[in-house]
Amino acid sequence: MTEADYPTIKGVNSRIAVWLVAQLHLWFGAFVVAVPMFVFIIEAIGMATRDERYDNMAYEFIKVSITAYSLTALLGGLLSFSLVLFYPDLFKYLSMIFKDSMFAYALLFFAESAALYIYYYGWHWLQGGNKKWVHLTFGLLLNAVGCLLMFLANSWTTFMMSPAAVDAAGVFNGNTWAAIHNFLWNPLNIHRVVANVAYGGSVVGAYAAFKFLSAKNKEERAHYDWMGFNANFIAISALLPLPFAGYYLTAELYAYSQQMGITLMGGVFAWLFIIQAVLIGALFLSANYYLWCGMGRSEGAYRYNPRIKYIAIVIVVAFLVWFTPHTLVLTNAELKSLGGPYHQYLGVLGIMPAKNTAVNFLLAFTFLSFMYYRRANKIATVSWATTGNAIQIALFAAGLLNIVILGVYHGYFTNTVYKVAASIPQVLTTLVIIVASTVIDAFMYKGAKEVAPMRWGRMPDRSQYALFLLAVSFTWLMGLMGYVRSGIRQHWHVSGIFRDSSPDAFTPGLGYAANIVSIGTILFMAMVIFVFWLSTISGRHAVVKGYWKEQA
Amino acid sequence: MTMTQKRRIPRLLQFALIVLGVYFSFILVFDVLLGQLVPKSLLTMYMVFVVSGVVMVFTFTEESTQELVGPIKALVEDPSKKMLRNVVFAIVPLLAGYYTYSSMVPSFEAPVELRTIHPAPPAKFKAFGKSFDLTALENPFRKYEKEDPAKFKELVKAGGDVYIKNCQYCHGDKLDGRGPYASGLNPTPLNFQDVGTIAQLQESFLFWRIATGGPGLPAEAAPWISSMPVWQNFLTEDEIWEVILFLYNYTGRQPRSWAHE
Repeated sequence: MTEADYPTIKGVNSRIAVWLVAQLHLWFGAFVVAVPMFVFIIEAIGMATRDERYDNMAYEFIKVSITAYSLTALLGGLLSFSLVLFYPDLFKYLSMIFKDSMFAYALLFFAESAALYIYYYGWHWLQGGNKKWVHLTFGLLLNAVGCLLMFLANSWTTFMMSPAAVDAAGVFNGNTWAAIHNFLWNPLNIHRVVANVAYGGSVVGAYAAFKFLSAKNKEERAHYDWMGFNANFIAISALLPLPFAGYYLTAELYAYSQQMGITLMGGVFAWLFIIQAVLIGALFLSANYYLWCGMGRSEGAYRYNPRIKYIAIVIVVAFLVWFTPHTLVLTNAELKSLGGPYHQYLGVLGIMPAKNTAVNFLLAFTFLSFMYYRRANKIATVSWATTGNAIQIALFAAGLLNIVILGVYHGYFTNTVYKVAASIPQVLTTLVIIVASTVIDAFMYKGAKEVAPMRWGRMPDRSQYALFLLAVSFTWLMGLMGYVRSGIRQHWHVSGIFRDSSPDAFTPGLGYAANIVSIGTILFMAMVIFVFWLSTISGRHAVVKGYWKEQA
Repeated sequence: MTMTQKRRIPRLLQFALIVLGVYFSFILVFDVLLGQLVPKSLLTMYMVFVVSGVVMVFTFTEESTQELVGPIKALVEDPSKKMLRNVVFAIVPLLAGYYTYSSMVPSFEAPVELRTIHPAPPAKFKAFGKSFDLTALENPFRKYEKEDPAKFKELVKAGGDVYIKNCQYCHGDKLDGRGPYASGLNPTPLNFQDVGTIAQLQESFLFWRIATGGPGLPAEAAPWISSMPVWQNFLTEDEIWEVILFLYNYTGRQPRSWAHE
């Protein structure tokens, strides 16, 4: 193929057009796939506790996603058009291999829309008794179809990275399932499901913050404060396993191709990972800050305030380790002084074992913030409260020690197989800390004495900006890392098989790529604010006297 | 609250003291005590997050926030502070101007470069008149490590000889990248002792880099600056594999692999 095989439209850069449309489609897609997941869970919690507030909140969440749903479909359509227009040969090749799944994909949209509309419009109709169960089943169906849709689209994307069922010349052997089930498909599926929930949580958190800041009265503030808290809780819960899903994807990528792995983490794209590190740090910092501010809702939390600074110190230190690059940006004078691009002492913090250790600390201490928040307005009355606390402290201490030992020993004194593998017991340790502490807490605080009431709505405005920061950081992060994932194919449409011969086959500079992603982020946030605004006008009724003819 | 009455140092001053304290601690520990400076780019990022952390701790409660911003508000609003306000309002723009000037003024310092230290290898490459597939390429001598340790030792020794005759001039006799010629090169030769260099790479990567040298670097992310010679012109295929054995053996590192021992 030559440049002549790529149609152009005057004044439109094909790559930027497809890039932005695909990214916007993915952001909205991630949001609308994620929201029904936690709406389903919240609805189920409401059914189990018979607390109507949960049901109302679930409904409000799904309401926000309805407008986003049509935007997703519009952008998806625009993306298909853009691909057909600007990259017809690639599209033809992909659709030749994936024709069955593409057709199924299109048909599944009918099922998705039907399930979504019944779920949303039938919300107040399907209430109580068996009807509620029927409604919940529609929620489950909606999620099943949503995930299936995403998995199908993921298979096309990962095929372009790790093609399967084709020979070296790209000739398809006819095995559709093998093409779908290519090497990176499941690692990406896992990563995207978890990330979507975190992302969806952060976007509805921004919605709650938007409504909180524009609330007219105390009740509204209280309602949206509670909603923001829950959204943040969802985002953080999904954020906890996310680093491991990402690490798994990357490890598989390295296993698939050393070339891709090095391009990603050690080569041209490595600097974007430094930005990623900064944004992930921003996520953890803002999530923690929101929790700490939330302790102001109850006077009972004052006793925990002096401890926050220690959590902050650990989080900041862990974050500095997480952020430290292996190859440093140096001036010539610094390079001469250090004797090379690696730092003798800080260099060890630059590779993954140090990062994994740091991120486990970040997670454990973010969870600690949450535990303090949960205990804010209560005092445990069970006789074994002191023992319970001691067990929890021992659990944290032993777990953190184990994480450090695993990270230092396997990270620096064994070979790569063990180095990569050690991340799994590290994660499991963190999960054990989290799960065991939650179980102990649940029993210890059963029937606990309330020292002061929770005053929902008593939150400073600045805490709401932490929620906004969470959503913006997530969006930006997804855009940058999505670019990296796609960019490591370099000058290939389909890695090693289908060469990109367009004028845009080159890998753009980092600054250029970051600018495009930032423009995308701004466009997306503008569209999201439009969606939020729509949800506020739908509730308004203007009564204009004398406009309509009086009916006899 | 009683807490505020007990506190002696005002919040804003505390804030400044903590930030400056952390900043100078970094300088003291790394630049002075350890003799390995913290690069300016890194220290700037470190401080951004230290400042964020301190701001978060100082503003998560309402009282503490008021205490922190109180003096700043007073400076702007309090009529009795007119003199101080004028001074501050004159100094802040001057500082901003000085900062802008000093960061924009032309200098003889070369711009910093974001060189990628591990260039991405191609999937296939040509050397010694044949084609190598990097994804499947393995060190033919690695198996002797278990099968015939005596032979392995010999091969490592042979690799050591190759290294001393050819490589140590730049990469150093301790493999730390500080050979006699190292100071004349930019970027400096790779330090194999570092945990993040050969320990992170498969042997096939090293084979490619050694055999094809600087000119063999990929078309992506060009132009490269590497003075690594094209060693296939000077060494045999076996000699390259032997020197790779030596590099790992001497540094005590293991090549990246996907198989358990």
